[in-house]
Amino acid sequence: MNMDTIIQPIYLVSAVLFILSLMWMSHPSTARRGIVSGVVAMLAAIGGTLLLPEIHSYNWIIIALVVGTVLGVPLAMVPLTAVPQRTALSHAFGGLAAGLVGASEYYLSATERRITLSGFETGALVAEVILGFLTFTGSLMAAGKLMEIIPTRPITYKGQNAINLSLFGVAILAGVVLMFYPGCWPLFPVIILLALAFGVLLIIPIGGADMPTVIALLNAYAGLSAVAMGFVLNNKLLIAAGALDGSSGLILSIIMCKAMNRSFANVLFGAFGQVQAASGAIEQRTAKSATAEDAAQIMDAARTVVIVPGYGMAVAQAQHRVRELYDALTKRGVTVKFAVHPVAGRMPGHMNVLLAEAEIPYDRLIEMEEINPEMPEADVTLVVGANDVVNPAARHDKSSPIYGMPIIDADKAKTVFVIKRSMNPGFAGIENELFFADNTLMLFGDAKVVLTNLVQALKE
Amino acid sequence: MSIDSLLLLAAAASTAGAEIAKPDYMTLLFVFTLATFTGLLVIRNVSRLLHTPLMSLTNAISAIAVVGSIALAGSQASSFTTVLGTIAVVASMTNIVSGFLLTDRMLKMFKKREPHKS
Repeated sequence: MNMDTIIQPIYLVSAVLFILSLMWMSHPSTARRGIVSGVVAMLAAIGGTLLLPEIHSYNWIIIALVVGTVLGVPLAMVPLTAVPQRTALSHAFGGLAAGLVGASEYYLSATERRITLSGFETGALVAEVILGFLTFTGSLMAAGKLMEIIPTRPITYKGQNAINLSLFGVAILAGVVLMFYPGCWPLFPVIILLALAFGVLLIIPIGGADMPTVIALLNAYAGLSAVAMGFVLNNKLLIAAGALDGSSGLILSIIMCKAMNRSFANVLFGAFGQVQAASGAIEQRTAKSATAEDAAQIMDAARTVVIVPGYGMAVAQAQHRVRELYDALTKRGVTVKFAVHPVAGRMPGHMNVLLAEAEIPYDRLIEMEEINPEMPEADVTLVVGANDVVNPAARHDKSSPIYGMPIIDADKAKTVFVIKRSMNPGFAGIENELFFADNTLMLFGDAKVVLTNLVQALKE
Repeated sequence: MSIDSLLLLAAAASTAGAEIAKPDYMTLLFVFTLATFTGLLVIRNVSRLLHTPLMSLTNAISAIAVVGSIALAGSQASSFTTVLGTIAVVASMTNIVSGFLLTDRMLKMFKKREPHKS
């Protein structure tokens, strides 16, 4: 009997379950059902594949599945502040798998199987290895930057974009040549090397603040490399699941780009966040500062307090202290809301997960578009480790690098408190007007310490 | 809307599944296009609250590359490709396990109401 008559229906069920899995992610109340459906889909996919007649030995497969499980469990237990780098590492694994399978398929067709690939097959293989290997090194670089093993500031040099683009162009060109002249097989390893190098060079000039977009984009690449693998292996499940992943990455990167008012090209080639040489801190302005006790008094008298979290909250691991403040204020009848900017943090949705970890109910986490109309009515905004996403310069200062970026209107509240370590400009090296506004009071210090003092003062 | 697209995809995939003799690239392209549109429609509805869990879930889903990796590692075509295939299975399986577990861990944290209201 033809095994395919069993395997294909299993694959079909798997594809449908993957779609349902993503559909149920639309709301927190159904999301966990989505995991069950995703797990069943994956088990079906693996089970179906194990039935393939061309599998001669299961030894290595079983060993690899066990090793993968052993590696996977600790990777799932990382602290939530480290989720961005784990995600980047995971993209790297995805890219690596696709690249290795693509390289092997090419090698086999040239040596063991001695078949000449059609132009289409070659094209799909080339796409698979380029996407796979550039995702591999690119994601490793992104993970390195997120772990701060590699400097997070953009590293730029003269002619960088020209070099990167020509490298990529040469890889594509080599692929096209290979499609029409299959005999030029030595070009294949060259393509792999170019893709590996391109992945590294692509991420080097990208700064930490752009990581949410880059991670989303690498997510899309990892999906597309699975799609290319599907075309190579003539496997519809690979194509369907890879396409779902690719479209997810695409949507997330579009959301991130919109939230920064920038284009893909600008994120990838703009080297955003490099310190502008010309616009140094010439103008000396002074910001007013306050003590935790002052802040506690004002917040105690407030009706609404809006907390704006940013990457600084993640760095200081201050989400649990934020929760204590939330409790203390709520107990005193103050309405507390959280204003979450789409690009706050280092990956899409980063802040929401951290606040959820601190057991803040998710109906208190408000998106930027919804909270902004309410900002003029708020008595107090408390900025915890956010910077560029609350910089009013984005609204009116045409010379500012972040001009046009949608921001949370933190400055429109009656009083603004900003918790910050020092007056050093933020990551992007852009001076923040908000710190010098008349209604702003700075709370200097480590976020954790300041929040502890605030809660203490509120209780007294 | 998403149900419609789901049915479309299912229809396309099942008719495609009927003849599998030789690679039919048009069918593959069909599946790709419909799956992409389905993905776009479905993902657009994902709550922004859940973008981080969505990413770890799609990490696990993109590890569908395990299918190709298993076929490669098990076919034993040459020892070189068996090694590469085995590494690919390890990489994919790591993503599957950590992706699903981490998503589940994060989703458990999203609670609507106060767990201990005073």
